Amino acid sequence: MSKVNDQVLMDKLAEAARAGKISRRSFMNYSMAAGMTASAATGLWGTSAKAAPTRGGTLRLGAHDGNTSDSHDPGTYVTFSMIQTAHTYRSYLTLIESDGSLGPDIATEWSATPDAAEWTFKINPKASFHSGGKVTANDVIASMNHHRGDASTSAAKALLADVVDLVDNGDNSVTFKLAAGNADLPWLMTDYHLAIIPANADGSANWQSGDGSGPYKMVNANFGIGYSLVRHDGWHLEGAYFDAVDITVLNDPNAMQAALVTGDIDCATQLDLKTLSLLERHPDIEIDNVPSAAAITMPMLCDTAPFDNVDVRNALKLSVDRNELIEKIAYGKATVGNDFHHSPAMPYWPDDIPQREYDPEQAKALLQKAGAEGLTVDLSVADSVFSGAVDMCVLFAEHAKASGITINVIREPNDGYYSDVWLKKPWCAVQWGARPTPDVMYSLAYKDDAAWNESRWQNERFNVLLRQAKSELDDTKRAGMYHEMAMLARDDGGTVIPFFPNFVYARNKKVRHGPNLAASWQMDGARACSRWWFEA
Amino acid sequence: MGDIAKLIGKRLGLGLVILLIISIIIFFMVELLPGDVAQAVLGQGATPENLAAMRKQMGLDQPAVVRYFGWLAGALTLDFGNSIVTGKAVMSIIGERFMNTLFLASYAAVIAVPISIILGVIVALLRNSIFDRVANVVTLTSISSPEFFLAYILILYFSIKWGMFPSNAKISDGMSFADLLWRTFLPALTLVLVVVAHMMRMTRASIIALLASPYIEMARLKGTPPWKVIVKHALPNAWAPIINVVALNLAYLITGVVLVEVVFVYPGIGQALVDAVSKRDFPVVQASCLIFAATYILLNLAADVGAILTNPRLRHPK
Amino acid sequence: MSLFVIGYYTLILAASCLAAYFNKRSAFLLLFSLTLVSFVLGIIGGVGALKFVVVVAGLIALSAMVSYAFREFLITLSPTGVAKELRTAPLTAAFGMFVIFTYAIAGIFAPLIAPHGEAAVISGAFAPADENMLLGADQLGRDMFSRLVFGARNSVGLALTATLMAFFLGATAGLLAAVKGGWFDQAMGRFADVIMSIPSLIFALLMLSIFGPTIPVIIVAVAIIYAPRVFRLTRAVAGNVVVMDYIEAAKLRGEGTGYLIRREVLPNSMAPLIAEFGLEFCFVFLLVAGLSFLGLGIQPPTADWGSMVRENATLISFGDITPLIPAAAIALLTVGVNFVVDWMLHRSSGLKE
Repeated sequence: MSKVNDQVLMDKLAEAARAGKISRRSFMNYSMAAGMTASAATGLWGTSAKAAPTRGGTLRLGAHDGNTSDSHDPGTYVTFSMIQTAHTYRSYLTLIESDGSLGPDIATEWSATPDAAEWTFKINPKASFHSGGKVTANDVIASMNHHRGDASTSAAKALLADVVDLVDNGDNSVTFKLAAGNADLPWLMTDYHLAIIPANADGSANWQSGDGSGPYKMVNANFGIGYSLVRHDGWHLEGAYFDAVDITVLNDPNAMQAALVTGDIDCATQLDLKTLSLLERHPDIEIDNVPSAAAITMPMLCDTAPFDNVDVRNALKLSVDRNELIEKIAYGKATVGNDFHHSPAMPYWPDDIPQREYDPEQAKALLQKAGAEGLTVDLSVADSVFSGAVDMCVLFAEHAKASGITINVIREPNDGYYSDVWLKKPWCAVQWGARPTPDVMYSLAYKDDAAWNESRWQNERFNVLLRQAKSELDDTKRAGMYHEMAMLARDDGGTVIPFFPNFVYARNKKVRHGPNLAASWQMDGARACSRWWFEA
Repeated sequence: MGDIAKLIGKRLGLGLVILLIISIIIFFMVELLPGDVAQAVLGQGATPENLAAMRKQMGLDQPAVVRYFGWLAGALTLDFGNSIVTGKAVMSIIGERFMNTLFLASYAAVIAVPISIILGVIVALLRNSIFDRVANVVTLTSISSPEFFLAYILILYFSIKWGMFPSNAKISDGMSFADLLWRTFLPALTLVLVVVAHMMRMTRASIIALLASPYIEMARLKGTPPWKVIVKHALPNAWAPIINVVALNLAYLITGVVLVEVVFVYPGIGQALVDAVSKRDFPVVQASCLIFAATYILLNLAADVGAILTNPRLRHPK
Repeated sequence: MSLFVIGYYTLILAASCLAAYFNKRSAFLLLFSLTLVSFVLGIIGGVGALKFVVVVAGLIALSAMVSYAFREFLITLSPTGVAKELRTAPLTAAFGMFVIFTYAIAGIFAPLIAPHGEAAVISGAFAPADENMLLGADQLGRDMFSRLVFGARNSVGLALTATLMAFFLGATAGLLAAVKGGWFDQAMGRFADVIMSIPSLIFALLMLSIFGPTIPVIIVAVAIIYAPRVFRLTRAVAGNVVVMDYIEAAKLRGEGTGYLIRREVLPNSMAPLIAEFGLEFCFVFLLVAGLSFLGLGIQPPTADWGSMVRENATLISFGDITPLIPAAAIALLTVGVNFVVDWMLHRSSGLKE
């Protein structure tokens, strides 16, 4: 191909990207096919492809779920408002791009040994902390060690349990040595707890100061109330179009909506689904509805009667009209589940698995086979699981009547639900946050010896595949394994997955974003502040 | 005057005893809360080792009584300890919040107290007229409405329909005073509506109750105009009950505003307290409850002292 | 200038003149000030504002007529002694009685009156009102009117039980303290101080978080919060009675504490206590509504006015007043009770000026 032809192709690609016709991933593939280097293609995507963002303005963002007890400690980040803020003032080794692919943050590139047991991350030399210093290998190691070791109180401890050693290679890169191969390690680095924070002289991490290397610098943090930030001019990535960001914690859905409608905030991170149809009619407000990797699950304990019989489990899976649940409980803003915990918003999603439909007749037949006609079971739930959780279970009970199943919905207290009911009662309803990859999800809640194997499901083949897939670096082979695992979970597993709730958030029309929105969190993977811009 | 000092001393001593009892009650109530602090802090995603490490860091591995006395020893030296959740000093967490609450309460009080006393006097003057009746009905209605009802109506009209005031009362450090007043106008107005009625009715009732006294009769027979009778003769003797009801309402303005804070997203101490209860953050719950209780006790004391100071007969008991 | 405006001012001016002519001073004052206010309103708000005034005036007139009729109705039905008392009741008090009467009927016969079940989903979310649903549907498609009627039973029933309990606790303790005096009086007084110093909403919040938001817990928590107030009042009222000579006489006769309380002290402190009952009922009702609003009151799907406001609150941003209907129901009842209490206080204070 001649140079001229390349140029024509690149122009066309750039135009397609600008119009939002192709994703970043395809753009990168085509440009590299056209002979560009990866970094040049990234630069081109950044400068020419996006719909010409403009800089300036102060973004006023209303964030739900905040608590006075939030803090700068990344190990105890737990509320959404803190996660949103963390992605605004701190940075991570890697990040999830708007199109769902894995992209560089502090790490410019990463590579693994063939068994995926050693990963080396190169640190971006441009990356700097707000207080001035460059981000070094030392800081990365201190940040990771903050979550490791016996004394750590971090909620991300389990995530890094496999990390045996962290090595500073002396050339601005860090090597993670793992006990066993893990092809997903770069994806794990996007976890919101694993923020990069400066190291103290003694090698511990200095999280207390609120220093970070993210797109915005924290000016004022009032935990549980609000945060004000200004742009960090030396930020190492493209973006950060707003001059400043003002985050207000609005826990009350009505207060959030009133603030949005009256123009007091530009973006709302979560909306009350009940009145969404009314909000959609508002002339100044645009709603983003993004299928997510979060899930509602209803695990049945596979070692407890009557759920120790696979036919009973499948009869229950057949006895729920998922579409009505989505329509009535999620107000249509959800993606239907198929009883395997792998949402379309995750990589390697198997798209050819037949959807399980509502079929009371077949359920009856299965119950007959199991000798369990006229089954009566208890289903535990609490209001705090998610808004509408109790109603969902009541509807499920209505649907199951057609299969001759009586479901007693037990309303458990909100406080202590996850310590007293979950993993203990034979059948309950649970909400799971988004996880980046199927491996993380399955290892966490479906692996035979996982502490949170919420259905106590033991399937040998599934666990063999899980271990194989974990260290498999070939994407096609890996996708095949996840396909087989999905089928196993769907037809043998103990978890009913009615739906994956969508992320529904809103913004004033003058706030613009690119063609895609990341599905890892609300607000474009909680990175709206660095990716979005004001219309000029 | 010595008697008053003695009274104040006695009441303050009693107040301290009450505070001590309250601290015990609150401590064991927080102990009784189901669930677990470590779980509440780390959320659904915590593993058993995490929880154990967290409990140790929080000092929860010690028995409850030991922790209580540890806290008490600190509290006696005015050190209310650190939040077991964030590790920050309790006073730094709730200090600013309490200031915000005080600000909102004073904002509402500055508007409400003069209005209610003046209105109360006017209505007493015009008693049994149509204005008295109308005022009676209106104030009863505003006493009887749930605060969140008033708050929502104000939001509906003042911020959504007319766009005059913001619906959320977020305040920040760099705000000018005028901006601050504008931002917090709707919550203050809600509180004013709630307390004005009560105080005004009390003012009216205390004045009218005095009108039957012989000395008022005397003044009237001398030909003093009605407004002068009320302002010069009745009002001074009506101060005691008025001060009492004003103090009670001030206490309400400080301690009872959780609902208003929730509706208007105002960063006051009530919201912090609700958050702390949900996280089982005992030192914060304890300190906020004690602040509330101390406020209540001090205002009650102030009311009694005020009543004595304004009433010569109480000032010099027989 | 529309016909409506001309008619409006003609009517209001004619009415003021008539009032002036027949020397009805207060009616004249009211009508004439309304005229003046209308001029201002008409200029600022246009015809809409005037129509609003007409609607409000119409509503007030309607409630006045209802109250009047209801009072006459009660007078006709009551025995002579009570009827004589009732004649002294102002229209506001009659209105209050009418409201209480209506709520009582609605609460007692809720299943008969409500066209649909308490939790029955009969249409789409927020369906508008039609001949089937008087007030439209709520967020799950349940009939708003039916839930309001059931709410009368649940919310009012709960508040009433809690108030009764608070009275039982508070009044018993108060009477005992007044009659016995000494250390018992002191101890109870300090105990009341302690409870009253803890903010009521926080106390309820802790209690409900500990024992779970079930109806018995709500009742007990609220009763504990309000009992000290009743105690204080009872102690004060009974304290004035206890020093009377006839009590002294009874004591000298050797009567026991139970007799003193039942036969001597209680009958003589009844009037203020009944008035206080009405007031406390209102406070309890508002506190329970506030708890429901914070999500700690009666749990769904049981209909309750406080939670109904909370559940539909987001509609307010769109200028829809549906969520305010249950709040208005709360307000109406407390206003009604307060009107009646006001009358009773006025009567018992003997202030006839």
